[in-house]
Amino acid sequence: MNQKILDQMKNNFLKTNPIFTTPKNVHPLEQRIVLKNYQVIDPESIIEYIAKDGYQSISKALKMTQEDVVNEVIKSKLRGRGGVGFPTGLKWKFALEYESDEKYVICNADEGEPGTFMDRHILEGDPHNNIEGMMIAGYAIGATKGYIYVRAEYPLAAARLQKAIYDAKELGILGNNIFDTNFNFNIEIRLGAGAFICGEETALMESIEGKRGLSRNKPPFPAQIGLFEEPTIINNVETIASITSIITNGGEWYKKIGTEKSTGTKVFSLSGKTKNNGIFEIPMGISLREVIYNIGGGMKEGSTFKAAFTGGPSGGVLDETHLDVIIDFDSLVKYSSIMGSGGIIIADQNNCIIDTIKHFMEFNADESCGKCTPCREGTTILYNMLDDITKGKSSMEDLEKLKHLAHVVSSTSLCGLGQAAPDPIFSAIRHFYDEFVDHIKHKVCKAGVCDMPVTKGGE
Amino acid sequence: MNHLKEIDLKQFGIIIDRFKDIKGPLIPILHEAENLYGYIPIEIQNLISQKLKISNAEINGVASFYTMFHTEPTGKYQIGICTGTTCHLNGSSKLLKHLEQSLDIKEGETTSDGQFTIIPVKCIGNCDVGPNITVDGRVHNNMNIKKLDKIIEDLSKR
Repeated sequence: MNQKILDQMKNNFLKTNPIFTTPKNVHPLEQRIVLKNYQVIDPESIIEYIAKDGYQSISKALKMTQEDVVNEVIKSKLRGRGGVGFPTGLKWKFALEYESDEKYVICNADEGEPGTFMDRHILEGDPHNNIEGMMIAGYAIGATKGYIYVRAEYPLAAARLQKAIYDAKELGILGNNIFDTNFNFNIEIRLGAGAFICGEETALMESIEGKRGLSRNKPPFPAQIGLFEEPTIINNVETIASITSIITNGGEWYKKIGTEKSTGTKVFSLSGKTKNNGIFEIPMGISLREVIYNIGGGMKEGSTFKAAFTGGPSGGVLDETHLDVIIDFDSLVKYSSIMGSGGIIIADQNNCIIDTIKHFMEFNADESCGKCTPCREGTTILYNMLDDITKGKSSMEDLEKLKHLAHVVSSTSLCGLGQAAPDPIFSAIRHFYDEFVDHIKHKVCKAGVCDMPVTKGGE
Repeated sequence: MNHLKEIDLKQFGIIIDRFKDIKGPLIPILHEAENLYGYIPIEIQNLISQKLKISNAEINGVASFYTMFHTEPTGKYQIGICTGTTCHLNGSSKLLKHLEQSLDIKEGETTSDGQFTIIPVKCIGNCDVGPNITVDGRVHNNMNIKKLDKIIEDLSKR
């Protein structure tokens, strides 16, 4: 494959098949960069991808120096979409700087956070864009091998990626001497096996190596000692899916989209008690109100807005006073929540906040890898304490103990799972304190979810 | 899903060999065993141990760590009720309770006739159309008790 053949393939296809599908339900507020080909091309057709300027970005990148590619990504101020928001370009720069014969690129497609489904749609809708993004990353840092770690719960995404890799190899896009250069790159798919912790980067690498998914101590960071002890960059699906457009249009172009500190667009997945649920891609900086009442079409019939859960089981819960808060990497932190990877779950009057955060804690306790004591033991004890509250067995003193233990778990756990597991508790106590008082003092669950003991007129 | 009942070590040995040149072959091999047998029989674990020169303890440790790997036989059909946050808010715990009662087993267990296993499922990324269940990995959206009963009834008749 070279530039000439690529252009020929594109032009030949456009001559005979000039019309692409128009994607359905694109909201006027949307700007589709990551989802540029979503529902536009046949995801299983490499020719259609090429006709949409596919593999032109890697071709362009290969004409740049590795440093220039990294600098373009730094300039874009792209931040990792997995939830933490670390600057992607900086990660690449570190990995480029470490000298090693072997380096790796990993695409983290272990989207396990309940309530998020954007990565599944991105991969199912446009797998080649991820392949190309990984190739650019590989060239930039000097890696020849990439892994996509897909959760086994997403068989269609894995199958489409597998086909995309096969087709790209057949055309000589993946393999050796890519576009007549010295750049060699291959990609392998690895399936998860139902462990949420493997979305944590170091646990994910352990899993590829064939081990239990236990988190590693950091430092050393993966950019230095990563997969098979080699320098490794690990980026989320949506991050990698942003790369081709950044290389094509430039970091300056990308930087102008979104807010100053959270540039670009974000794909959100909206679910729960709103009318129009699904995924949408908008420039960073939209308010919760617009998400619910504009994009989401408002609440379902009979539902009144009560709360928005963002950031999943390690995020937080917002109430109606936060409707005008901007959703980006930094704004929600002030309100004890996070944007996380972009899952937004809307709850109504029939949902109980304490029951929901108990549910989160059950998830965290279940998914704790067990390596460090604060997380392994702490999340289970926190779950039991929350369970007691939902059964009317707690006192206000227990609430203080709950807060104290939550602080201990969050400050002493080894990795992100344990450190963030107590976060929903903090924001729930801050924003829904009355609901705790109802459960604890009055033994009442106003949402009617919890099995409270029958009492005469409360305590 | 029909799983193999006979354990053919020679055949599985060939499968293991297919992976021997890749780095970190253990989990892909365990997936193969799980797909074939519905669990990872101890004989297969021993064979992997010999071939990959990894201790039995380590293989068992890995197999037991991941929810999708089983060390005991599972049912002919694997039913999962998604308990992800949105499905939970939409009442999936009632679905799970109902299924546990009607099959008379708990999540993670297999019916005594070997027909059904209730596997734990925590979000399959279909939150906008939940509550969801999975039948042998296939997702069924907008689930309710009536539809669930029908699915179980149809599978029982097969």
